Amino acid sequence: MLNRTQVHTAAITMAEEWILSVATQPFGLVTSVIKRSESSPSQLTEAFIGDFSLMWTPSNTMPSGASPLLAVRGLTLKYGGSGKPVTALHDVNFDLASGEIVGILGESGSGKSSFALSIVGLLPAKASVGGSIRLQDKDLLQGDESSWQAIRGARISMISQEPGLALNPVMRVGDQIAEVIRAHRPGRRKIQKQESEAILRELCLSDVDRIYKAYPHQLSGGQLHRVVIAQAVACHPQIVIADEPMRSLDVTVQAEILEVFRAVNRTFGTALIFITHNPALLVGFADRVIVMYAGRIVEDGPVAQVFRRPLHPYTKGLLQLARRNQPQDGHMHPGRLPAIPGSLTNLDRLAQGCVFEPRCSARTAICHSESPIEVTPEQGRRVSCFNHGN
Amino acid sequence: MGTETAAKRAATAALVTIRGLSKQYLQRSPFSRKKFVVDALIDVDLEIAPACLTALVGESGSGKSTLARCLAMLETPDRGKIWFEGNGISCCNAQQSAHLRPKIQLVFQDSAGALNPRFSAGQIIAEPLEIQGREIKKNLRSRARELMEEVGLSPDWIDRRPLEFSGGQRQRLAIARAIALRPTLLVLDESLSGLDLSTQAQILNLLLDLQATHSLTCLLISHDLSLVGQVADFVAVMHQGSIVEQGTRQAILTYPRHAHTRQLLDSCRVIESTFRTAQAGGRS
Amino acid sequence: MKYLERRVIHGILLLIGVSVLCFLFSDLAPGSFFDEMKLNPEISAETVAGLRSQYGLDQPLPVRYGRWVKSVSHGDWGFSFAYNMPVKTLLVVRARNTLFLTTSATFLAWLIAIPLGVWIGSRGGGWEDRLAMAGTSLLLSVPELVLALGLLYWVVRAQTLPVGGMTSVGFDDLGVWAKICDLTVHIVVPATILVLASLPILVRHVRASMVEVLKAPFIQAARGHGIGRVRLLFRHALPAAANPLISLFGLSVAGLLSGSLLVEVIIGWPGLGPLLLEASISRDVYVVVGAVMASTLFMILGSFLADVMLVAFDPRLRME
Repeated sequence: MLNRTQVHTAAITMAEEWILSVATQPFGLVTSVIKRSESSPSQLTEAFIGDFSLMWTPSNTMPSGASPLLAVRGLTLKYGGSGKPVTALHDVNFDLASGEIVGILGESGSGKSSFALSIVGLLPAKASVGGSIRLQDKDLLQGDESSWQAIRGARISMISQEPGLALNPVMRVGDQIAEVIRAHRPGRRKIQKQESEAILRELCLSDVDRIYKAYPHQLSGGQLHRVVIAQAVACHPQIVIADEPMRSLDVTVQAEILEVFRAVNRTFGTALIFITHNPALLVGFADRVIVMYAGRIVEDGPVAQVFRRPLHPYTKGLLQLARRNQPQDGHMHPGRLPAIPGSLTNLDRLAQGCVFEPRCSARTAICHSESPIEVTPEQGRRVSCFNHGN
Repeated sequence: MGTETAAKRAATAALVTIRGLSKQYLQRSPFSRKKFVVDALIDVDLEIAPACLTALVGESGSGKSTLARCLAMLETPDRGKIWFEGNGISCCNAQQSAHLRPKIQLVFQDSAGALNPRFSAGQIIAEPLEIQGREIKKNLRSRARELMEEVGLSPDWIDRRPLEFSGGQRQRLAIARAIALRPTLLVLDESLSGLDLSTQAQILNLLLDLQATHSLTCLLISHDLSLVGQVADFVAVMHQGSIVEQGTRQAILTYPRHAHTRQLLDSCRVIESTFRTAQAGGRS
Repeated sequence: MKYLERRVIHGILLLIGVSVLCFLFSDLAPGSFFDEMKLNPEISAETVAGLRSQYGLDQPLPVRYGRWVKSVSHGDWGFSFAYNMPVKTLLVVRARNTLFLTTSATFLAWLIAIPLGVWIGSRGGGWEDRLAMAGTSLLLSVPELVLALGLLYWVVRAQTLPVGGMTSVGFDDLGVWAKICDLTVHIVVPATILVLASLPILVRHVRASMVEVLKAPFIQAARGHGIGRVRLLFRHALPAAANPLISLFGLSVAGLLSGSLLVEVIIGWPGLGPLLLEASISRDVYVVVGAVMASTLFMILGSFLADVMLVAFDPRLRME
């Protein structure tokens, strides 16, 4: 029988071999490992030795090896202003199957919106992007503006935060839906109009004729929302990205709009990327949840599993926040609420160590000096934390 | 007459008593003589207990903001009366309102719009102190630093401009300015919507702390019953310009009597109960 | 429509106010049309006094105003001493010429300003933008008079375009097509001066409101739906940016009108400008009042047109 030290040494060798063997693969994850391993390879390898067998590799995120609809690899995004560039996204890997609903969870400033904007190519000019975004067999980042134009609205649509502001105040809402159809399928106006009306009807709007002719200021919040959704699905895109669509809505309307999204997913088979800061909205709605923090994906997995047993301390904190006190649980007194201390401020301060370390309640010594590597503790889940699950 | 004396008696117990407050807005089409009357407030009665956190909940357009603006003397009600610390207030009386204004402070929803982007954090906080002459010029800066610390902002950020802060930090800044004059009543008009869950919780905790240390009274206006229901002592529910139900948090959340309150609660619960069942089970 | 009534009443009140002020100011100025005759030794003082009383100039101001109002109600608008005919006959021709120049200049200026402003607005910060900004600053800093004289000098040197007047000699004998050509050739110089003078302000305003609108979330959203660049600019952004521009349109009509009075004098365009100048110098009071009234009427019509357009363009101002 081998003793402890021998096992340890063997494991280190294995890990180092693995790193070298995958070094040729074009994944950002691996390159980042290599870069760090140049400085202190064995120390690094020791750091995640315990989870070596669980190490995440891009191939095992996809169930049954079907090729994903959207594959994001090593996506890195920097905003170069006048001073030092600010990193908004750091080595993001993400797969989306067709018809899947993925929720992206995170605070403002976590890079959720930058992520959404980079998928539709609407980043400001001063942003510099690295990595690849593949939609089926097309690398989106290689295309120019005109190829983006052909994709936006037709294959990937985006719904932005405030529907009241996302509609042109001086154009009839019906015409705004028809405009999207016109941009991708030029043809007779009458047919475009009929199609737009059909879509409005599909999204369970009664009174379609009135709404078609209305201007945005004449509609209620819920109606505006449906119009914006109708615009997004007018050309039957494969992916719809909704960036914080519930932010400005009354609670009573939120459930209705969620139902509309669900209907869109069912009837058109559209894959949804649903960005929110409220985990409660994702339950019974999303298939998978991705938790983002400081421009990184810190946890990824099926909603049911992640919510039942979150692995990353940040996910735990978020879920605890959403679990609101209710009087039926015995008579709770109003008191201090659970909160994640601190805030997400300066992303570039995080030169080394785990990005969440300053706010983490479960931090250990290693968190300060090393960045955690993504691991796959279970099939279909990944997390980047040294102390996950503790 | 009888109701008048009863109201007066109630006014002495509560910090703020509102009776029969009504406010109409007249909307006129610019190109015709047609007029539309919008009833923003209809016969509103409300008590705000001292040193407590009262939540005013309602959907958008229910008249919450109008009530807040009447309370902060930014708007004149058509009918009805507001008693503050047992004295009737009206914004027609300039002398009286000048005396009362520092005691009632309002924090808006859009803090980015309410804070002058050209001022530094220190200037923003010190401005009310300077105007009211509460502090000599030399001490203004150190007082601003103290206030920043009190609301959980690093005093080192005193020279930053509002737009360099995050949404939650700006809201803290707005609160710091509001409490600079040590007001009795702080009205927060939808100040939490648009913030992250974590930031919302942090700000609510800050309010609880301020309430404990300065016995500050807060009126928290929100559309999210499940959020404010966690911390409020009293809850009032508004619907289409009138208050349909008010009572202790316990009573409102456990035994809602009005249909609209139930509807608000249900819509929170639809989402939350599924969330709780999803979370239940596996938790060890 | 109640709104229309109100506007018409406002317009009439404004015209009455302007006419009263005109009378007051012309009364403040020393001398009258017949004073020059006193210098002529052949005309006796009695004859001059007789003429004065014949035309009612010896009456007090309110009486003169009352007579003028009566004459307006008959459609004569007073009497010109110099031309010896009712002011109206004189004005109609002159006002038509001014209107022709002003409308062409307004139309041309906006026709250039909108595409140019939209284009440079969409290239915020690019070299086109900076070039256009520098060019407009330069134009803005040159006074209208210098601009007019410079252009005149250049045109006279080049000898390709006629300068001065509105028509060539023998205009009345030309066919319809030739008449149009002749007018077009003659209007080039004055219209160019007017357009150059008003263009910088218009372009800058169009650019500014485009820059503002292009930042709006709904433009981002429209881009997110794959709407093409040109369509985005002209179908989505421009109507949303139109509000301040339409208000500017009303003002620009006024600006172009006052500019046109000056240019007419320089070029010799037979419009209201030379008439007004001539009449003011010779104290032909009723002509001055008539010309000022005509310009005021144009301005009122311009701003009324702007208001109507505002309602037509912005659904938020329309109520069902």
